[in-house]
Amino acid sequence: MMHNRKTAISAKNLNFFYGKSQALFDVTMDFAAHEVTALIGPSGCGKSTFLRTINRMNDIIPGTRVEGEILFDNQNIYDPGIDVVQVRRRIGMVFQRPNPFPKSIFNDVAYGLRINGITNRVELRDRVEKSLKAAAIWSEVKDRLNESALSLSGGQQQRLCIARALAIEPEVILMDEPASALDPIATQKIEELIVELKADYTIIIVTHNMQQAARVSDVTAFFYLGKLIELGQTDALFTRPRLKQTEDYITGRFG
Amino acid sequence: MDQSLRNKNRISRRLREKIIQSIFFTLSLVSILIVGLIFFFLFNEGVPIFQHISIRDFLFGTLWYPTADPPDFGIWPMIIGSIFVTSLASFIAIPLGVFSAVYVSEIAGHRAKEIIKPVIELLASIPSVVIGFFGMVVVSPFLQKTFDLPLGLNVLNASMMLALMAVPTISSISEDALNAVPRSLREASYALGANRWETITRVVLPAGLSGISTAIILGMARAMGETMVVLMVAGGAAAIPGSIFESCRPLPASIAAEMAEAPYRGEHYHALFATGIVLLILTFMFNAIADHLSHKYRMTESG
Amino acid sequence: MNLQRRRKWTQFLGLLCIRLSVTVIAAAMIFMVIFLFINGIGVISWDFLTQQPTDAMTRGGIYPAIIGTLYLTLGSIIVSFPLGVASAIYLNEYARNGRMIRVIRFGINSLAGVPSVVFGLFGLAVFVVYLGFGSSILSGSLTLGLLILPVVIGASEEALKSVPMAYREASLALGATKWQTIRKVVLPAALPGILTGSILGVGRAAGETAPIMFTAAAFYTKVIPDSLLDECMALPYHIYVLATAGTHINETRPIQYGTALVLIGLVLGINLIAIVLRARIRRRQG
Repeated sequence: MMHNRKTAISAKNLNFFYGKSQALFDVTMDFAAHEVTALIGPSGCGKSTFLRTINRMNDIIPGTRVEGEILFDNQNIYDPGIDVVQVRRRIGMVFQRPNPFPKSIFNDVAYGLRINGITNRVELRDRVEKSLKAAAIWSEVKDRLNESALSLSGGQQQRLCIARALAIEPEVILMDEPASALDPIATQKIEELIVELKADYTIIIVTHNMQQAARVSDVTAFFYLGKLIELGQTDALFTRPRLKQTEDYITGRFG
Repeated sequence: MDQSLRNKNRISRRLREKIIQSIFFTLSLVSILIVGLIFFFLFNEGVPIFQHISIRDFLFGTLWYPTADPPDFGIWPMIIGSIFVTSLASFIAIPLGVFSAVYVSEIAGHRAKEIIKPVIELLASIPSVVIGFFGMVVVSPFLQKTFDLPLGLNVLNASMMLALMAVPTISSISEDALNAVPRSLREASYALGANRWETITRVVLPAGLSGISTAIILGMARAMGETMVVLMVAGGAAAIPGSIFESCRPLPASIAAEMAEAPYRGEHYHALFATGIVLLILTFMFNAIADHLSHKYRMTESG
Repeated sequence: MNLQRRRKWTQFLGLLCIRLSVTVIAAAMIFMVIFLFINGIGVISWDFLTQQPTDAMTRGGIYPAIIGTLYLTLGSIIVSFPLGVASAIYLNEYARNGRMIRVIRFGINSLAGVPSVVFGLFGLAVFVVYLGFGSSILSGSLTLGLLILPVVIGASEEALKSVPMAYREASLALGATKWQTIRKVVLPAALPGILTGSILGVGRAAGETAPIMFTAAAFYTKVIPDSLLDECMALPYHIYVLATAGTHINETRPIQYGTALVLIGLVLGINLIAIVLRARIRRRQG
């Protein structure tokens, strides 16, 4: 498993503050390219906060502050010279609750392409179709592209949001508990999709569901109280955790 | 698509975003700018009167004969008139407004609420000139007959009509304040065996008090600044009223009634603008108190 | 009387007072509308709505006043809508600095508290005289526009607040800039609410008298205005003039009722539409 691992993103001594209260403490870890990394831990452990520092989504929350570095493409994305818009174009995100725009299915997926200056109709159609196929939802929506995205079921909406993220061809996809609002069947589809997408994308997923982490991820990081407690190959971490805290959590003794 | 994190167009795009933000910022300053300009122009046009009369004589003089020779510019009767009608209107409107807010927020069933709320909202939307007209053609003859008066256009009539205009303000803002009172407080009171009236008067109203105070002050400010009603039904006599059945002339009525006849930049014109300054400062004080109260209220609300 | 009975009686009387208050308000409102309707409906005819006044205003219609009110209302919304929406966008989407927000809000609240006759004075001093627009539709529209600005800002802010944060996050996460997000996602979602709320401002502008007395309104105009710099008649001013300053107060009483009914019908109609639409939008947004 450890052969040819290329690092896509790394966090270096990352601290994060909401006003005066610190939410992340000195987090340092690497994310390998074309692997799925799961971030697990009890509620409030900082895993979602950490995920949102990777594409600077926390910037939009007033009163927050970051120390340390997130290195992507050999640059610290928090450098003053970095364009946050460009960061988010290359590091996509899928949210906990499906959040399609109140537009048609087609326009929802085309949104990201249009704001990136693609206006050619043929190209738009091709890329929307390609993304919907990649997100395994094409067959369900191909005859109703002009219907409202809000008319889809929750699971379909979430795959549409994944398609929307894929459309602008990011290198990394961040997923913040993408299946937590979905039923088991829709969840299974999303999980299968994640495993498929790994070939083309680096995926970082936050989940509170340990079975899910075990099913989809290659590497798992366990967070507790804002600190990275243990990081390892998923198989190893779940079967032979090195630390007592990790073991307590994954065996359900707290959390 | 450009893949560099240091976009070559980054400077221009960031600049564009900055420019857009500055445009919105500038436009959002228009309100405060206009308030500043209102003060500036009112002072600019009003202050020259004080070359002819001292501020003291202007405010406390009891004679208003703007076109006599020599003219008298004492607005004390108008100040008293404004205070008189505003106080009496508040006396009528406060219980009506607060009680109707209590009704909507605490007592009304779903259906009653769906009727009463729009009625109050629509009352707020009735043009003041129509309410003034109603005061002239309905309330005035009624008062004349009931109290055997020579004239039905008086302090009482104006106050009743002003109360109608202040009720919606008091009611809707009080209702917001009552809605903000947590349900748990009511439950706690009921659980201790209090009945509905006791819960309303001893728990809900005190908890919403600062919001209700804000509502009352804003309602009073509305009554004090209202023009058409007092212009049409207060009677218009520029003298200090001796009772609620006498006619009076509040500040806004004085301005509205005479501005058309005042020669441009004559003494009369300046005196009316100076009256406007007094009115503006009075209503501004009310609004400042309301702003202060509502801010305090929000602070305690969030802990 | 024992304690329990006294408590019951107090409650009974207290609740009675509350019910009485509501009844008084509702009765006053309903009586006023019905009274104007009964007295005004007989006057209203096609000719009344489409003809000029004649015979020293004692006969004829109110067509110029209707047209004048429409012009002034339209003009005021053209002035206040862009400014109001822009202010709301800044406050809700951009502003972060608490102190700056407080200053702007203080300005909006103060503006909302300025008495309408003071707006009239301001309009007279600035638009009529200083800028030289004279007593005209332009001066009146600008004055009314500033008067209803706080209403439009309030309505727009409420509409922007109701746009879910998730839409903004989704757009930003796709690499949209803030302005792209506002223009393509936030504003389209907020637009129905902004428009509905702004209708309330329109209703207010249509009914105001004091601000236009010195800035736009004419007692009588022979022709329909054909330029922004013309004076115009207006429904509320027409009522005021006929009811107080005319030389034939009693002869014109029917016209006064008719004009009042037209005005109240216009304003209540506008507001009713806004209230119904708003309720529908709120329900849809759950």
